[in-house]
Formats: sequence, C-alpha cells, structure tokens
Amino acid sequence: MIELEGIEKRFVVRVKTGRLRRERREVMAVAGISFSIEPGAMVGYVGPNGAGKSTTVKMLTGILVPSAGRLRVGGLDPPRQRIELARRIGVVFGQRSQLWWDLPLADSFDLLRHIYRVPERRHRENLDRFTQTLALDDFLSTPVRQLSLGQRMRGELTAALLHDPEIVFLDEPTIGLDVVAKAAVREFLAEVNRERGVTVLLTTHDLADIERLCSRLLIIDHGRLIWDGGLDELKRRYGQERTMIVDLEEAAPPLDVPGARVVRVDGPRQWLSFRRDETSAAELTAAVAARSHLVDLAIEETEIEEIVRRIYATGATPPVS
Amino acid sequence: MADLRALAAVYVRLVASRIRAHLEYPVSFSLQLVGTALLTLIDFVAIAVIFVNVPELGEWTVGEVALLYALATISFALTDLAIGHLDLFPQMIRDGTFDQILVRPLPSLLQVVTMDFAPRRIGKVIQGVVVLVLALVLLDVDWTVARALAIPLAIAAGAIIYASVWVALATIAFWIVDAIEVVNAFTYGGSFLSQYPIGIFARWLQGLVVFVVPLAFVAYFPALYVLGKDDALGLPQALSFASPLVAVLAALVAGAVWRNAVRHYRSAGG
Repeated sequence: MIELEGIEKRFVVRVKTGRLRRERREVMAVAGISFSIEPGAMVGYVGPNGAGKSTTVKMLTGILVPSAGRLRVGGLDPPRQRIELARRIGVVFGQRSQLWWDLPLADSFDLLRHIYRVPERRHRENLDRFTQTLALDDFLSTPVRQLSLGQRMRGELTAALLHDPEIVFLDEPTIGLDVVAKAAVREFLAEVNRERGVTVLLTTHDLADIERLCSRLLIIDHGRLIWDGGLDELKRRYGQERTMIVDLEEAAPPLDVPGARVVRVDGPRQWLSFRRDETSAAELTAAVAARSHLVDLAIEETEIEEIVRRIYATGATPPVS
Repeated sequence: MADLRALAAVYVRLVASRIRAHLEYPVSFSLQLVGTALLTLIDFVAIAVIFVNVPELGEWTVGEVALLYALATISFALTDLAIGHLDLFPQMIRDGTFDQILVRPLPSLLQVVTMDFAPRRIGKVIQGVVVLVLALVLLDVDWTVARALAIPLAIAAGAIIYASVWVALATIAFWIVDAIEVVNAFTYGGSFLSQYPIGIFARWLQGLVVFVVPLAFVAYFPALYVLGKDDALGLPQALSFASPLVAVLAALVAGAVWRNAVRHYRSAGG
C-alpha cells in the first residue's frame, strides 16, 4: 500500500553568517528511508522533534516532492498524481484544522462531500455511523471555532474518513487531548482499521497511542530509520526502566527500597527508577508504603526521546528490516 | 468539460459558504457595508472635483474620461470581489494552511481564492456602474451592435487581466512571505493607472502598461473603440479589439506562473 525506497529530502536554508551575509546551506531532513506497509496495517511512526517525521508524511501525501528515491502510495506516484491520490487518502494534521472554523461542523462535512464528490447516500451512511461512534450529535451545529479540542479532533477524524479513503495519515491526533478524549480517539481508530480495513500511518509522540493501536513501529531520527519492529520487542530491549514518582507526607531522605533506586528528590517527592523484569509496580508500591507515609504516586513509561537515546547508547546497529 | 462544470459547482458552493459565514455576524457585516458605502461616496466626491475643474484631460472630455474610469473601476472591483482576499495568501504559506490545500482533490488556486469572499466589496462595483451610466448619458456615442457589445466584453476581459496580474504577483509569497506590500503597490497602483488615458503618462510608463503588464487593455483600448478615438501613441487600431485575446493570454501566463510557483514550494518545502 505504501512503499518507500531510499527516499531523501534535502532543503536549502539560508543561514546568517554576518551582519548582511547569508550562506546557503543544505539540510538533509530525510536521509534515505526505505520501508513498505501492507494494506490494512496500522503502523506507528515516531521520533523526536525534527527527526523528519512530518517531512516523510508530507512526501507520502503528495505535498512535498522527494529529492531522491522511489515512492509509491496506493499504486500512485504522490508528487505527480497529487489530485488522484488526494481522493484516496485521508489526512489529519493534529495542530491544523481542515474544517472551516467559522461554519457549523455539519456544513464543513457537506462541503467536503462536494469536494470529494461522495454520492449522497454513501455520505449519509458514513456520517450517521461516525456521528454515532464519536457522539457528534451534541455539536454538529456548533461553529468549529467554538468546539473544544477533543470535539474538534472528533470532527477532524470524521472529515478525514467521510470519503472512504484507503489510507489515512494521522499526525499527532491525540496531542493536547485529555485522557478520556484520547481513549475515545484510540477506540475509534482501532474500529475504523478493523471494520473498514483502512491502512493507517500514525505519527505520534505518545507511546501509549502505539501501545493501544499499532503492532508495528517505525522510529526515525536524524532522517534515518533506526527501528522497524514490534513495540514489545522494543520495550524488552530498551524500555525496561520505568520511573515511579511518589509523594510522601513530608520530606524524607532517599528511600531504600529493594529493586529500585532513587534518582531524584524534591521535597516530599521522590523519583524511583526500576526495571519491569525485576520488580512490579505493585511490589514497589507496597515496599514504599511499608517504609513511609505514601500520599500519591504516578508511573512514567519511558519516553520516546529516552528510547532513542538508549538505542544509540547500545552502539549496536538497530534491527531495521 | 464535465470536470469543468463540477469544478464550477464546487466553486459556487465554497463561495456561498463564505458569504454565509460573513452573514453569521450581522452587526459586523452591516458596519462593513456602511463603511464601504461611505468610502465609495468619498471616492465619488473626489472624482467629481477632478471632473469639474479639469474639463479636458489629454484631449479627453469629461464624459470620455468617465467612461474610461467606469470600465477600469468595474473590472477592478469585480476582480477585487472575486480574489481580493488573495492578500491573505502569504498568511496561508506562513501557518502551513497551504499544505492542507495540497491534500485535497481540487486545484490549489481554486482553493486559495475560495478561502474567503467578502460580499461588502460589491459596493465598488455599484459605484463603477453608476459612473458608467453617467458617462453614457454625457457622451454622444455613435452606437452600433459591436460598440454596445464591446462594453461588457471589455469589463470581463479587464477583470481577467487584473486577476491574472494579481495571481502572478501573489506567487511572490512562495519565495518571500512578507511581500504583500510590494504586491499591493502593483495591484492597487495598477488599478489607478488604468483609470486614466495613457496619453498623459510618461513614455516609459506607456510602454509598460501596453506591452509588459497589459493594463492598457483593461479600459483604454476598449474605450478608444467605443468612442471612435485614435490612440495617442499612434498604435494600430486593431489593438482596440485585442483585449479579450490579451485576457486569455494573461490568464494562461498567470496559470503557468502559479503552477511553477507551487512546484517550487513542493520541492523546497515552503
């Protein structure tokens, strides 16, 4: 469904080198990426800021023309067949809206029906279905600018799917959402992928999105693919360390708990690092509670930036198929 | 052909949605309308002052100048109404909205010009029509069918010429985002130029508006034809009929410039 072979993207930027002088400098945003995605797959595409994620997605959606390499999306050549491709893909850029901000949500959907030339009946069916699953009823007649972020994102997802796209590109669809809204979005995406067989490429910062949705994960850094495989395997190799943040009743010396070590203390708050294969969160909680007065706790999973750092730290060439 | 009709239908729908959005704020809309009406009135007074004090301008009588002014104004106002919001375009490049446009199955220019549509701009069109009526009353035109047809044709061709110049200039934003002031100097300045008989301009400016940026074809040459006058530059009379042809050429050039600019954006990444 999606095939990339040795895809590169170079930008020319002008860098100030003197008061008036500027130098043209070439920046390699994507430095030779190859992968392919089967129809109906749901793949996570992650990486730190500036790694080249957005640039890749822009090339796949026909916005940008690659500087080198071979690219195929749904059998089409994205830069050359932009309009044809646009009919067959759906795109959500989390921080930008594709809706008309000054019109009611329902009007945006109606305009999109005409832009994509969806037959009236098919449009109805889809809209009814999405209205039901995403509970859009309450705000269909509200102007988009008055919607909450969560409501707007539900609108964006609907807008991206109304024309029955075969492939959907989602760029940070859960960014800024609260826990409930995130769960709703994930639930919906899983359902769309399962029931409609839509191929999904999901760009995200949030590893929890991947955990819930994607069996396969691509990690990109400095324009190169550094991981292509399952999330479980990745965690087993690089994501063993988790952090438990505990709030004690009052400031105390660093706790001495078996299986964990204190990495930071800030007044009554302490950060304990532990390995998932050695200690369970439950054991650790019990151990902390037995030694002091525990008020509150939270567990932090390893963040994507940290995993990337560890992949490099191991020095080994990461397994990229 | 069917495709063109479908595009026209989408265009109408998008414009209608923009008008609807403006009407969602009735107070703001009415205030804008009043503002435009007042400005138009002041414009009128300014023209009246010129006409009263200058009975003849470069061998053109008051009525003749009024016709020229009317043709240029109506064409300009129609262009302003249809694509005046092109001045929002640099903002679209800056905030990335243009990327959004490239993932929709419509030509990019069609989407850009339907980002907004300000119905209040109709005021300027009405002003032009009023001056046109006054001019026709003042003038003693030797009417033929061809001369009568020349007027709507000149207005349509003029609007297309203006629009082509605007679109071509707007593409500067693909390279320099903050170029809107430069662009405005040409678009609004251009409208000013085409309201006067080109005989009164300096030689280099005459050449510019005839051969480079074809603004002389907006009103000047069609007016010569309707009035049966000779060109001050001594150019062949055939040019009087050239406006529609020039309009088609200008539109083709503008289209090519736009496509080239989009290609640049897509390979350079904005």
